[in-house]
Amino acid sequence: MRFDLPDTPPESEALRAELRAFLADAGCEWSPATRARSWMGFDRGFSRAVGERGWIGMTWTKAYGGHERSSLERITVLEEMLAVGAPVGAHWIGDRQSGPLILRLGTEEQRLRILPGIARGELAFCIGLSEPDAGSDLAALRTKAERTPDGWVLNGRKIWTTFAHKSDYMIALVRTSPAPEGGSRHAGLSQFLVDLTLPGITIRPIRDLAGEESFNEVTFDDVGLRPDDLLGQEGAGWAQATSELGFERSGPDRYLSSFPALTAGIDALNAAPQPGAEITIGRMVARLATLRGMSLSVGGMLERGESPQVEAALVKDAGNLFEQALPEHLRNLLDPGDASPELRGMLGVLAQLAPTFSLRGGTREILRGIIARDLGLR
Amino acid sequence: MSELRAILVEQVDRLIGDAGGIALLRQVEAGEWPEKLWAGLEEQGLNLALVPEEAGGVGLSWGDAVAIWQVLGRHGAPAPVAETMLAAALLASAGIEVPEGPLGLACGNAAVPYGRHVSRIVLLEGSTVALHEAGEATPDGNIGREPRDAMTPGPRIARALLPNQFGPRAGLLGRALIRSSVIAGALERVLALTVDWANTRKQFGRAIGKFQAVQQQLAAMAGEVAAVGVAVGQAARAADAHGLSGAAFEIGCAKVIAGEAATLGAATAHQVFAAIGITEEHELHHFTRRLWSWREEGGTERFWAAEIGRAALSRGGANLWPDLTARDPQASDDRSAAGAQV
Repeated sequence: MRFDLPDTPPESEALRAELRAFLADAGCEWSPATRARSWMGFDRGFSRAVGERGWIGMTWTKAYGGHERSSLERITVLEEMLAVGAPVGAHWIGDRQSGPLILRLGTEEQRLRILPGIARGELAFCIGLSEPDAGSDLAALRTKAERTPDGWVLNGRKIWTTFAHKSDYMIALVRTSPAPEGGSRHAGLSQFLVDLTLPGITIRPIRDLAGEESFNEVTFDDVGLRPDDLLGQEGAGWAQATSELGFERSGPDRYLSSFPALTAGIDALNAAPQPGAEITIGRMVARLATLRGMSLSVGGMLERGESPQVEAALVKDAGNLFEQALPEHLRNLLDPGDASPELRGMLGVLAQLAPTFSLRGGTREILRGIIARDLGLR
Repeated sequence: MSELRAILVEQVDRLIGDAGGIALLRQVEAGEWPEKLWAGLEEQGLNLALVPEEAGGVGLSWGDAVAIWQVLGRHGAPAPVAETMLAAALLASAGIEVPEGPLGLACGNAAVPYGRHVSRIVLLEGSTVALHEAGEATPDGNIGREPRDAMTPGPRIARALLPNQFGPRAGLLGRALIRSSVIAGALERVLALTVDWANTRKQFGRAIGKFQAVQQQLAAMAGEVAAVGVAVGQAARAADAHGLSGAAFEIGCAKVIAGEAATLGAATAHQVFAAIGITEEHELHHFTRRLWSWREEGGTERFWAAEIGRAALSRGGANLWPDLTARDPQASDDRSAAGAQV
């Protein structure tokens, strides 16, 4: 495991100033609850505005609607969005992993058809991985695509698919041939680009503990797919899906999910000072600065074309611990009567949302298993 | 890592490794001076590593120094190498000629590492640095059983002002950076020892490292070890860009994270080693007792967190994120540094 610290690109300073001006303006309307939801806030209008500024698909070539900026500049954009709790959910998945996957593995036709729409903030993506009997044990998935004379026919069920009911496309990992007898269950899996308006797809939102609908059950009932809906290579789905994990797991969305509460908490503590609060705040700031260094370090490795999957797992685990502990630290510092209405609103949302931080994108236990394997324990 | 840094790190690693390993730590704890090791280190010019080349030193960066101190920590830091490097750098920066031999770093009421063994005392008071004869030591130690002596310094040899980049808290900042770095190294060692044990010790018919409960704990520990490495790297980079005084935030963060990681790392290691790790004859405690000691030196987590927290509170919530990103190393810093050398 290695964490080299990258240099900050000289363009970042001007970019941050632009972003802050834009977000100060756009953020006037956001309630504390919206800001506490962070990248679980879904606002197509906001995503289109971000796309217009050239802040989605930043690293892609212009031919695909991108802006040919560096991936560290892209991280600057992500950081600034998350630092103020912008509702970035409508473009987050497309920008973070679906777009890059299509760019790397898609056909020219797929790239031209899909990527410009993501970059404009118009196409929303969801991730079709978990199934009723395949959660952490993802390779147990049973949704299957079978060849037909016209392409493929898709049958099965995905579950816990965040924003499926609001998205345009899903990239689904499904079985295209049986796992070889006694061989690896990772063989025979393929990825498909699924247009969610196709007949045979039923999307049923699942109400969550907060009374909201963000995740879904998606059923495929003889859904006809074209040959060019296959993404990448038939049978290589497992490697394709896991190769993106370095991007998915190391970004600032893995440690900043509850950050807006920290800024609100500092203001609340200034209004109602508590003895010793500076020590808890200082510990959080020190942790934040260090996690940011770790995350940027993985960003630098990805920029150089490396594949730091273990480092990314480690950043996510450490980052999730921080973003889950942050609201609890604030609770321990401030009685409800001393918390501002803004902070109370955020803490209420975060209490209900925080359990998902160490579930989404790989559970804590799975991540620590990956780290343990790298340590030589398994 | 630069080539020079890699070579230095390897040299120091070999020198200390050859000097006796755990046996050496036991000797130091029994009050012996590691004569052979010190001679080897001085022969390599390590005592002058942070002294600029034009003052007869090696002219290493803080980044190089931190890398060396991490290696030192991996071996339990059995000599006052880091303290001597820092003291020599401070003397040279103030225009005082650096004497040979181990130097005792004295600042405030803190005990002097290896005080009874040093040839000279470097006394820091605010922005003033003074070189004294060693004087009289009242032997004492921390729970790592490292020499930590109260000193009555002997006659003053020289005294001068430190340049601005060191500031009035150079001693505290330097010691915090040293302790964070050796904690980072010692934790790497403790993690390696613990993983090795988990793969060796069998219970219920298999290595205990095959149990998920053990794997999960060691993975969490690995996260803390990585965090300290990054935190000290950021501190060294800030010190290279802005001097020790300009790197107080990053150094403070490093010491907070190092202290927290030392706590978790030592506890996890002892949990996995169980009873054997508590015994006098086992090597583990030489590292864990040092980790517990080093948390206390150069400012505790509580001390540095309070400083960082007070600043964050006084700046207000809206400034927290902009203040953090404003500290990013800019490409222009590198250019001015390069320009200064020309």
